[in-house]
Amino acid sequence: MTDVIIIGAGVSGSAVARELSKYDISTCVLEKCEDVCEGTSKANSAIVHAGFDAEEGSLMAKLNVRGNEMMDQLSKDLDIPFKRNGSMVVCVHKDALDGLKELYDRGVANGVKGLKILSREEALEMEPNLSDNVEGALYAPTGGIICPFELTIAMAENANMNGVEFRFNTEVEDIKKGDDGFWHIRTNNGEYVSRYVVNAAGVYADKIHNMVSADKMHIIERRGDYCLLDKEVGGYVSHTIFPQPTKYGKGVLVTPTVHGNLLVGPTAIDIENKEGTATTAMGLNEVTAKASENVKNLPMRNVITSFAGLRAHLERHEFVIEEVKDAPCFIDVAGIESPGLSASPAIGEMVGNMLKEKMGLKEKADWIGTRKGVIKTEGLSIEERNELIKKNPAYGTIVCRCESVTEGEILDAIHRPLGARSLDGVKRRTRAGMGRCQAGFCSPRTMEILHRELGIPYEKITKSGGNSAIVLERTKGEVSMS
Amino acid sequence: MKSVDIVIVGGGPAGLAAAVAAKEAGNDSILILERDNELGGILNQCIHNGFGLHTFKEELTGPEYAYRFIKQVLDLGIEYKLHTMVMDIAPDKTVTAMNREDGMFQIKAKAVILAMGCRERPRGALNIPGYRPAGIFSAGTAQRLVNIEGYMPGREVVILGSGDIGLIMARRMTLEGAKVKVVAELLPYSGGLKRNIVQCLDDYGIPLKLSHTVVDIEGKEHVTAVTIAEVGPDRKPIPGTEERYTCDTLLLSCGLIPENELSRSAGVKMSPVTSGPIVNESLETNIPGVFACGNVLHVHDLVDYVSEEAKRAGQNAVKYINDGCKDADTSDVIDIVATEGARYTVPTTINVDRMDDLLTVRFRVGDVYKNSFVSVYFDDERIMHNQKRIMAPGEMEQVILRKSQLQEHKGLKKITVKIEAE
Repeated sequence: MTDVIIIGAGVSGSAVARELSKYDISTCVLEKCEDVCEGTSKANSAIVHAGFDAEEGSLMAKLNVRGNEMMDQLSKDLDIPFKRNGSMVVCVHKDALDGLKELYDRGVANGVKGLKILSREEALEMEPNLSDNVEGALYAPTGGIICPFELTIAMAENANMNGVEFRFNTEVEDIKKGDDGFWHIRTNNGEYVSRYVVNAAGVYADKIHNMVSADKMHIIERRGDYCLLDKEVGGYVSHTIFPQPTKYGKGVLVTPTVHGNLLVGPTAIDIENKEGTATTAMGLNEVTAKASENVKNLPMRNVITSFAGLRAHLERHEFVIEEVKDAPCFIDVAGIESPGLSASPAIGEMVGNMLKEKMGLKEKADWIGTRKGVIKTEGLSIEERNELIKKNPAYGTIVCRCESVTEGEILDAIHRPLGARSLDGVKRRTRAGMGRCQAGFCSPRTMEILHRELGIPYEKITKSGGNSAIVLERTKGEVSMS
Repeated sequence: MKSVDIVIVGGGPAGLAAAVAAKEAGNDSILILERDNELGGILNQCIHNGFGLHTFKEELTGPEYAYRFIKQVLDLGIEYKLHTMVMDIAPDKTVTAMNREDGMFQIKAKAVILAMGCRERPRGALNIPGYRPAGIFSAGTAQRLVNIEGYMPGREVVILGSGDIGLIMARRMTLEGAKVKVVAELLPYSGGLKRNIVQCLDDYGIPLKLSHTVVDIEGKEHVTAVTIAEVGPDRKPIPGTEERYTCDTLLLSCGLIPENELSRSAGVKMSPVTSGPIVNESLETNIPGVFACGNVLHVHDLVDYVSEEAKRAGQNAVKYINDGCKDADTSDVIDIVATEGARYTVPTTINVDRMDDLLTVRFRVGDVYKNSFVSVYFDDERIMHNQKRIMAPGEMEQVILRKSQLQEHKGLKKITVKIEAE
C-alpha cells in the first residue's frame, strides 16, 4: 500500500516524484522500461523554451515560463549542465515580419523577459551563419539548452535519495478502484495498491487514463526526426535558431547542445504507433531541407547519428494536469509535448501543490534537495585528475575515447542511486558511446565493466533492457577435458 | 617533466615498426604509448592469415605478424607503456598521457611519431533510416567480440559495405555457424581487396550486391529485418528494388577514418582527401619533428606497407634529432599533385636533398580502371607511363622516384601523378 503511485519515469514523472519526495508520504514510480528517461524525454530538442510560443493564458504558457525561471536554481541544486544561450525565431520572408511582432506580443503577455525584435543586420551580427534571406528575428535571451537525460536522471535520483521507490520493467496492465476505495494497479510484476495515482505515461497517458475514465482521451504520436552533428561543428550557431511557427509546431530548429554538439530537427509527422521511433529517409531529408531555409551551408556531412522521438500530442494542444472528473484521486499529467521539458520542474511543482492540498501533506524535516552528478573528468586539470586517480585508479583509464570518459565515471554511474544497468544507461549518465564513433570503441569495454560490477552474464547485457541483448551466445562451449 | 627523444603514439603495427627502426638507427630514448592492454593494435583481433607476404615472404595471421615486431621491441629493450591514453600533444611536442599507475603525466619529446591508426565509420554517419536497436555493429567491433571476447553477435547476418573488415567478417561469421545472407555495397565496385572477395564471399557462396544500400532497419529492441535497395548513378535508392532480409545482425563496413583528433589539436595540417596529415618526403607534418605513419596517415590496404612506411618515419625521426632538430627547409620543395583518377599522394612535397635514393609515393585511384596507365609528369614532361591491367579504389598504388632522376631535373617545381587511358 502506497500513498501515491506515479506511472512513468520520464521527465514529468521524475519531476513529480522529486516534488513528492519533500513530503512525509510513500511514493512509488512504475516504469515499463528498464531505466528512467526512455520515452519522449530521451528524444527531443533538449532546449528550455523562453515561453513566447504558447497561447496567452494557457497552462502551457504558464508552466513554460515558470519552468524556465526555475531552471537556474534546479540545475545548480542537481549539478547538471544548463546554459542560457538565447534563442532566435528567424523570419526569411518580408511579408511574414508581422508574425515576429505577434510572437513578441504573445511573449510579453506570457511574461517572457528581455524579448527583442532584431533587424536583419542585428540578427546576422549575432549569427553570421543565418540564411542570406533573413529579414529579421525575434530574440529571447532566456532561451536555454539542457541535457534531457541528465535532467530526468537527476530529478529521479534525487527523489530516490529522499525515499521514492522506482520499479522498472513494470508495465501497468489495468487499474481498478477497489471496494476498499483504493486504486488497484495490475502490472506484469504483481499488483500495487495506492490512494492516489499520477498518470505521467507520456504517449501512453491515454491508455492509462482510459483504464479509469469514461471520458476517453486520444493521444496522437507526433514523430520528430533529428540529426545530431559532430562537436567539430558544435559552434556553427551559438543560439537556438527557430523558423517561424506553424500549426504543426515550432518547426525545424538548429541548436548547439549543452555538451557542444549541433542538433538539427525535428520533423512533425503524425503516426498512430506508440513505439514508432524509426526515422525515415523522407523525414531525414526534410530535416536538412527545412533547417537550410534558416541556416546556410549546414555541415550535414558531420552527422554522427540520427534519431526520432514521439510527442504526446492532444488535439486541443494543451497540457492536461488535473484530477480526472469521474475518477477521484487519479491525476492526469497528459499531453505533455513541447514545451514539456522546459515546463517539467513547474509540472512537478504544480502536481506537488495539488496533492499537498488534497492530501494535507506535511513536509519532511530531513529532505535533501541537492544531489551531486557523476564527476566529469573532461576539462579537469592534471592536478585535479591526479587527485581523483589517487583516490580511485579507475579515473586513470579512458573507456570512451571520443567523449573522454574514464572507467571511474562509469563505475560512478553504475553504483549510484538508480544506477545504470545497460549500455544506454551508462551512455546517458556519462556520455560514453555518445561521440563520433557511436560506441564502436567503448561497447566491448563497457560490457566488460557491467559484467564485472553487476555480475550480469555477457549474453544478458543489453543496449537498453528488454530484448536488446548485445551478444547472443559464446562462440564455443566450454571445452571438456575428460 | 620527463624528457624522451621520441614518443610514439600507438603500439600497433605502425608504432612498433617505427620504434624498431628508430632504435636500429641508433636512438636509445624511445617511448611507445599504447592505450590497449597489449602491443599489436588491431592485428590482435585479425586472426585470419594473409599478413606478411611482402615483409616476411610468408603468410602469417595478424597476431603472428604483430608478434614479429613485438619481439623485436622486447629484444631491443624499447620502453613502452600499456593502458595509457595520450590525451594531448602540444605544438611544442609536450605529450600528455594518462593511466592508472602514473596518473596523468607529461613528457617533453624531441620528436613525436603519430601512429594512432584509424576507426570505422559508424551507422550514424551513414544516415540509414529506421529504428536504432541492438544488433548493429561496425564490422571491427563484431570482430573484437567474436575473436577476442569470444561472443557471437547473432546468427543471421546482413553486411553493408564491402570494406576488407566486412569481407573478413562475412567469412568469420560463416565459420562460426552464422548465415551471412548478403553483402550490400553502395558503390558500383568493392572497397576491399579482390582476394578477400574471392576468399571470403565467393568461396562461401555469399552474394555481393554492388550499387545497393540499406533503406530500412526493423526491430525496436533488436534487429529483426533489414531492407536493401538498388541505387542509381546518383546513389539514391531506386523505388521498387527493395529486398527484405530477416536477420538479427547488421554489420557495417563502410570506410575507415584516420584517427587524428590529437593531430588536429596539435595544429597538424590535414588532407581533406585522406583525413590524414599532409607530410613531406620524410613523412614529417607541418610541425617540425612530428611524423606520421600507418593508417593515421592514410588508410592502407596491406599491413606490410604500413610497416615499411613506419620504418621510414622512425629513421627520419632519428635523423631529425641527429641533425639538431632543425626545421625542414621549405624554400626548395617540389609539389606532388594527384589528378585525373589519382585521388591523393603520400607524400605531397619533396625536398630532394633530404630524400632517400628511392622514394615510394603511394596513392589510390578513385574508380576502377582497366588497362590504363599510371603516368608521372615532371612539370609538363611525362617521365613515367606504366600500364596496369586493373586498378581499383580498394588497392593502393605506388610509383617509385629516384633521387638521381630528380637531381637531373634542375628547377623542377611540380610532379604530377595521373591515370591515363593511353
